[in-house]
Amino acid sequence: MKVKKSNNLQTIYVMWLREMKRFLRAKSRVIGTLAMPFFFLFTMGFGFNSGFTLPGAGPDINYLDFLVPGIIGMTMLFTSMTAGISVLWDKEFGFLKEIMVAPVSRVAIVLGRIAGGVTTALIQGILILVIALFMGFKIANVGSFLLAVLFMLLIGIGFIGFGVAIASMMEDTQGFSLIMNFVIFPIFLLSGTFFPITNFPNWLRPLSYIDPLTYGVDGLRNSLINFSQFSAGLDFGVLAVFSIVMVILGTYLFNKTEV
Amino acid sequence: MSIIEVKNLTKKFNGFTAVDHISFNVEEGEIFGLLGPNGAGKTTTIKMLTTLLRPTEGKATVCGYDILKQRDEVRSSIGIVFQEPALDNRLTGRENLDFHARLYGLDKKTRQKRIEEVLEMVELKDKADVIVRDYSGGMQRRLEIARGLMHYPRVLFLDEPTLGLDAQTRRHIWEYILSLNQREKTTIILTTHYMEEADYLCQRMAIVDFGKIVALDTPANLKNILGGDVVSIEAVPSEKALPVLQKIPWAKKVTQHNGVIDLNCEEGEKKIPLLMRIDEKEKEFEIKSINLRKPTLEDVFLHFTGKTIREVEGGNGEKKRMKRRTRKN
Repeated sequence: MKVKKSNNLQTIYVMWLREMKRFLRAKSRVIGTLAMPFFFLFTMGFGFNSGFTLPGAGPDINYLDFLVPGIIGMTMLFTSMTAGISVLWDKEFGFLKEIMVAPVSRVAIVLGRIAGGVTTALIQGILILVIALFMGFKIANVGSFLLAVLFMLLIGIGFIGFGVAIASMMEDTQGFSLIMNFVIFPIFLLSGTFFPITNFPNWLRPLSYIDPLTYGVDGLRNSLINFSQFSAGLDFGVLAVFSIVMVILGTYLFNKTEV
Repeated sequence: MSIIEVKNLTKKFNGFTAVDHISFNVEEGEIFGLLGPNGAGKTTTIKMLTTLLRPTEGKATVCGYDILKQRDEVRSSIGIVFQEPALDNRLTGRENLDFHARLYGLDKKTRQKRIEEVLEMVELKDKADVIVRDYSGGMQRRLEIARGLMHYPRVLFLDEPTLGLDAQTRRHIWEYILSLNQREKTTIILTTHYMEEADYLCQRMAIVDFGKIVALDTPANLKNILGGDVVSIEAVPSEKALPVLQKIPWAKKVTQHNGVIDLNCEEGEKKIPLLMRIDEKEKEFEIKSINLRKPTLEDVFLHFTGKTIREVEGGNGEKKRMKRRTRKN
């Protein structure tokens, strides 16, 4: 029996398909990941919404409107990092070996994982957006929605690549909570989810400027509520570079993984 | 040409030599075993042959492909069942097989047909659509064997295929291995530290110790090296008995371990009366029991390495790994 070699597109598709099957089955996990952004959105959104002027944003900006893009950015960050770091769980459960001995390119494996992760992250980000619509958030037009999706995609690709890179360097899941507390949370808190980063003191602001998610959240505000610190072009540029670098880094480090 | 040819294969980890210049050939269609204690270098050898590790020295071909230069070709032509579970336990059995088949480039028709075939072979048809997390340890093993066969590999590598399974399940797995070797003509190379497993399954086997092959032959020939029978004598005090027994002219080899003295000889049943006479004559020691048996691979292992495999195991390496397996299940 002749078995032909699986091509790269097929590999990407198979990895994506697996991610989808796992996602559709893991309802409790999805609810778990969405719970935190939802509660933030719900309590802070309603809590600060009436008769409150956000420092650094001016009276025209309603707090819920300000918060929604931030929460979407946060959702993308957490779901993407989780998807990237899932390499580590595959390592722990042995499944990574099954992937590593297959006659397929490792680049295709990483790209497939990114494709799968981005899809699931995007679904969850859009779910948060839909919840926000029910809470009174308004999207100007289809164009601004599509632009927001583009930014969500870039955030997703970048942070999945970042997650894969981190997971490839780790031996086991022991260090996961360290990553959560010292990498993911700072990225989230410094990105200006809850208030404009201009409210940070001067010494802290540079940390926000080197946080890629800052540009993600800003890009989302640019597209959804037309309020931002930077131009959409700058946001796009920074995120695009970040995504490309992370995909290359993630692939490179994954390639060196031994099982 | 042999289906697997290994020449001076060596792997060093930070100065520690795990596999030390081993050479052997495996013929098409045979079940070949690597027998040795934990840490002997069996898994490292398998990992090199399956392209997961790069050898420090030496070379090998699998199905005619070089394990260093033609990695993808090697990978396409082999199936592997790892020592530790390597399933996606959130997918069903069928989905795990489907994932594998797609990764190896099987078209839809072949894929569907083959999934049914391999499921049938390991008798998992009725459990195919159950999530793997709910499988027992034995079922997971069977599914992994089925998956290893999905893409019609010419060689199937089984690394400790029955580690941590109960005796009955182990028997079952043996039957599957034998039947797939016969039905699919798959060449099988397996590692094990269970003597009876190697004895039951392997047509030829290599005894591995400290990264070296110390003996390689059929189980029957290996046992014949020791000659006829083994007479085990329990005598007290054994240090008085040993020099006397060592002088017996018909004993081919006399070894002592764990307080038992083994004599290798021909026609052991006729030697028991002779031993009784020695016992009557000698006042320095007393023979407590005499046990006559055909040599087992355990004796062969003892002969070549100077220790029994149980003594080598000693520690709790296996227990630890078994625990890990159960936890994962």
